[in-house]
Amino acid sequence: MSTRETTVNTHCQTCPAYQNAKLHRLGIDVSNFDYAIALAGNPNTGKSTLFNAMTGLRQHVGNWTGKTVARAEGAYNFNGKNYKVVDLPGTYSLLSTSQDEEIARDFILFGQPNATVVVVDATRLERNLNLTLQILEITDRVVVALNLIDEAERHGLQIDVRALSKQLGVPVVPMVARKGVGLEDLLGNIEAVITGQYVTRPHRVKHYDPRLEKAISQLATQLEDQFPGLPNTRWVALRLLDGDPSIEQAVREGTLGELSGVGRSDEVLMLQTA
Amino acid sequence: MRLDELQKGQTGVVKALHITGPNRRRLMDLGILPGTHIEVEMKSPLGDPVAYRVRGAVIALRQVQAREIEITLDVPSTEAAENVHS
Repeated sequence: MSTRETTVNTHCQTCPAYQNAKLHRLGIDVSNFDYAIALAGNPNTGKSTLFNAMTGLRQHVGNWTGKTVARAEGAYNFNGKNYKVVDLPGTYSLLSTSQDEEIARDFILFGQPNATVVVVDATRLERNLNLTLQILEITDRVVVALNLIDEAERHGLQIDVRALSKQLGVPVVPMVARKGVGLEDLLGNIEAVITGQYVTRPHRVKHYDPRLEKAISQLATQLEDQFPGLPNTRWVALRLLDGDPSIEQAVREGTLGELSGVGRSDEVLMLQTA
Repeated sequence: MRLDELQKGQTGVVKALHITGPNRRRLMDLGILPGTHIEVEMKSPLGDPVAYRVRGAVIALRQVQAREIEITLDVPSTEAAENVHS
């Protein structure tokens, strides 16, 4: 996205004074936000480090899997708009989830953030793209934060960021979250995706058979009747056809509607009106 | 051979997953699919579970899970000639 000359700005971008020009970290003050952002990604890719860089908070960062068990919230102001950031537990997949991974899945699916930042580990790109593609299936407002790019370079890996962005159809921002490198670029891209300045074309796998397509739309219609206002009914229908027991149970017990915030959580309702 | 027979230092390539349902999905999300290279990283004192290296990450599997994963043993290139029949 950036048209600035990178050669001139290499030093500027790592300098806190440069970033502070547009970014104001608001810590835990999540009141009066204009937009809500979700931070998703595989375990141990630097989501919490990025969260801290964005919000100025000191959410516990550790080099082990499963550290963030519940979601943490913080906020920042960029270009005059307030953003609420939700740091989610790491997850490998939206399809086969353990209990703590369900928090992440439910928020991305039904919390309807204005944008989802997928934090990927540049040194383990192949493994990380599984979740990225799954998220692109359900939302087109995605920015990929290609974190740990310094480590990747140290391992002799060179990633063609432009090609990756073109193939995924969403912005890809190389980052070193620990040092704040790429932060401004990320925040700018989040803004551009939310405002529609950057029109995403998310990569989606097209393999559906007409019979499957028919079954999905039939089920989706029934789900819409049962749970009015529920987002991503097609995704839920596909999971039911897949035989996902946790989704099956949520439908049977009628708790699926709760996830979408229909008539329940005020917070999520605010997200929808924001 | 099956994954639980793989010894430390050996690598194999996944041939088939003899599991169905959510557990199969889970293994695939963890990066274990046919064609994936897999290596024994370490074994716990009692030999179960075992930590495997898969696509750059370490994944621990129980023996009951590893038993359902069919692999072909990677023969180290230097000893390839002697171990063809193993």
